[in-house]
Amino acid sequence: METRTLHINMGPQHPATHGVLRIELEVDGETVIGARPVIGYLHTGIEKTMESKLYYKAIPCTDRMDYLAPMMNNLGFCLAVEKLMGIEVPEKVKWARVMLAELTRIKSHLVWLGTHAIDLGAMSMIVYAFREREMIIDIYEACGGQRMMTTYFRIGGLANELPPDLDKLVRKFLGVMPERLTDYEKLLTHNPIFVQRTKGVAVISAENAINWSLSGPMLRGSGVKRDIRKDEPYSGYENFDFEIALGKNGDAYDRYLLRLEEIRQSLRIIQQALDGMPEGPYRAHVPGVVLPPKEDILHKMESLIFHFKIITEGFKTPRGSVYQAVESPKGELGFYIASDGTNKPNRVRVRPPSFINLAALPALVEGGLVADVICAIGTVDIVLGEVDR
Amino acid sequence: MGLEEKIPDSVILTTLDKMVGWARKRSMWPFGFGLACCAIEMMATFMAKYDMARYGMEVFRPSPRQADLMIVAGRVSMKMVPVIKTLYEQMPNPKWVIAMGACASSGGVFNNYAVLQGVDRILPVDMYVPGCPPRPEQLIDAILKLHAKVEKETLKQKHEDWGRGV
Amino acid sequence: MEETVRHWMQDRFAESIVREDNFRGQQSFYIHPNALLEICEALMEDPDLDFRYLADITSCDWLGHEKVMGDRFEIVYNLYSLSRKYRFFLKVMLPAEKPEIASLTPLWNGANWLEREVWDMMGIRFTGHPDLTKILTPDDLKGHPLRKDFPLTYEVPQFTWNKDNPPEVIR
Repeated sequence: METRTLHINMGPQHPATHGVLRIELEVDGETVIGARPVIGYLHTGIEKTMESKLYYKAIPCTDRMDYLAPMMNNLGFCLAVEKLMGIEVPEKVKWARVMLAELTRIKSHLVWLGTHAIDLGAMSMIVYAFREREMIIDIYEACGGQRMMTTYFRIGGLANELPPDLDKLVRKFLGVMPERLTDYEKLLTHNPIFVQRTKGVAVISAENAINWSLSGPMLRGSGVKRDIRKDEPYSGYENFDFEIALGKNGDAYDRYLLRLEEIRQSLRIIQQALDGMPEGPYRAHVPGVVLPPKEDILHKMESLIFHFKIITEGFKTPRGSVYQAVESPKGELGFYIASDGTNKPNRVRVRPPSFINLAALPALVEGGLVADVICAIGTVDIVLGEVDR
Repeated sequence: MGLEEKIPDSVILTTLDKMVGWARKRSMWPFGFGLACCAIEMMATFMAKYDMARYGMEVFRPSPRQADLMIVAGRVSMKMVPVIKTLYEQMPNPKWVIAMGACASSGGVFNNYAVLQGVDRILPVDMYVPGCPPRPEQLIDAILKLHAKVEKETLKQKHEDWGRGV
Repeated sequence: MEETVRHWMQDRFAESIVREDNFRGQQSFYIHPNALLEICEALMEDPDLDFRYLADITSCDWLGHEKVMGDRFEIVYNLYSLSRKYRFFLKVMLPAEKPEIASLTPLWNGANWLEREVWDMMGIRFTGHPDLTKILTPDDLKGHPLRKDFPLTYEVPQFTWNKDNPPEVIR
């Protein structure tokens, strides 16, 4: 009997594609033979926009790329510019950045958990995950004033002083979170439906993962021990004591367990950061580059002049290019800044982990069933704002 | 409903208008067209802390053929414009559009070659919600104002007026 | 590790290196375009260096700075060694008239989408790439957006004094 394959379009508007992603599937019955993702439906030209702005004014553009972990993008950009200019930040800034970056990681993993579970059918998970996310957003709001895009990390330090009730809010979160995590495990980890839908699905071996340049939980799920916080530490991560979660088989179930373990390790880091937070200024003192604190502007003349000059003209950078990578919840988020000696960057390149992880989607789904495509998209954990920039 | 086409213009209905307006407002089904960051805030509005189900908008229809209210949440890229147009035309009457966020209202932070400067260049918008992203309370306020407007619309509103904010 | 890489490159590929650079602790080599595939393959297979991870492929447009940088387009290959935990950069300068270079897809699968993005945004052609098409920009956009001669297409916002005029687009 002669049969033909069928071309199905999982269109840009789909409840389970986490945004506007289009996949052209070629199926033979229920088996997927070919999958070709088509992206670009959210392309915003952020890199070109950042070329026309001063370094200071380009920070809010970075918030909007990976919108589930906005502080991580800020951190990467600020670290890259500080490396370019050779600025050393005070200890308090490093510890505050680590604490808020780990809170961002937990926030992103919670949204991942909720949406992944609802794609596979466990519909109550998303309500629980968003309840915890609201607690983290309260902390964001106390620090930066905004629920999501705080732009709290600036070049040379933080936007303003840490709020006085930060300690109380974070301790409340730390007290509540571990037992909620055990609740989530009870819901999903040994649930036969969840296990059947994720075990053995979207498998990738360690060799293939390195060849496809994957990073983050996709790479660690296959057993490769790579974490930028341990390999190329930044912002004081060498002072903290935590473990790297690793998977064995490289399937979706291992990545689920791995991300839950990452949440637990992040809770450990936040506890250490909160207990040992040093005192000190919240900004480096580099006149001409870093904005002076607001109290000084009202009393000292030089601070007023520097503030005016930095906001209107920016600061001159040396010629050269730097690359700074941070470990975002999705993978290796890198910022490559090429400067031509003026006050605006010549090229800001964002190395998007979701874009590169998504390129490996054909290798994950070919040979599987159509329903496994949904699971594969969920386990890759893409954010379309970062894929398309 | 095709009833309003059959009624001649010289007939004025009062109680039926009120009842239809009340019914439409109480059970508007949203078509969450979440594109970018505002979609996450829209999801947060529909979750346990800021519950939208108490206003009747419980079911989030993924298909445009079953939805009334299109919430354009997020920046509209140039590649997405024909897709949005098709989806809007697939929605049956009566339909309303909320432009959520600064990027959907007017282009927002991004003023360049890749972003459409406001979704009202291609769709008739009823309610604009500013913010980047707007707080859930702002979105709830916009939806309640839209409900108040819908309640006052008559049954015989002409088809060209749907979603135009007349 | 920096010394090891420098000795290795100068032993085996001394004639392909244009210059060497080290800015803020990041080592980079400017090489000739023809030697790219050879050098990358040797880097991958050498057990001392073991650069098996291609982190990123990037491009820059140095319009107006050709005298300082050499040529107009620069492609940067970001290579990382997992076992030695070391990162370094290979950079290639390409002329403005016909920027072409060999594709790295035979060696790394991850280079596929990265090179497609460089083609789309900067217009650099990769010979030997299986599917060099647009990936991010819409199909009707002509030109390559990240080049310096492509304008930002900034639209002047409408205030009260120009609200009756049609929107002015700065091209």
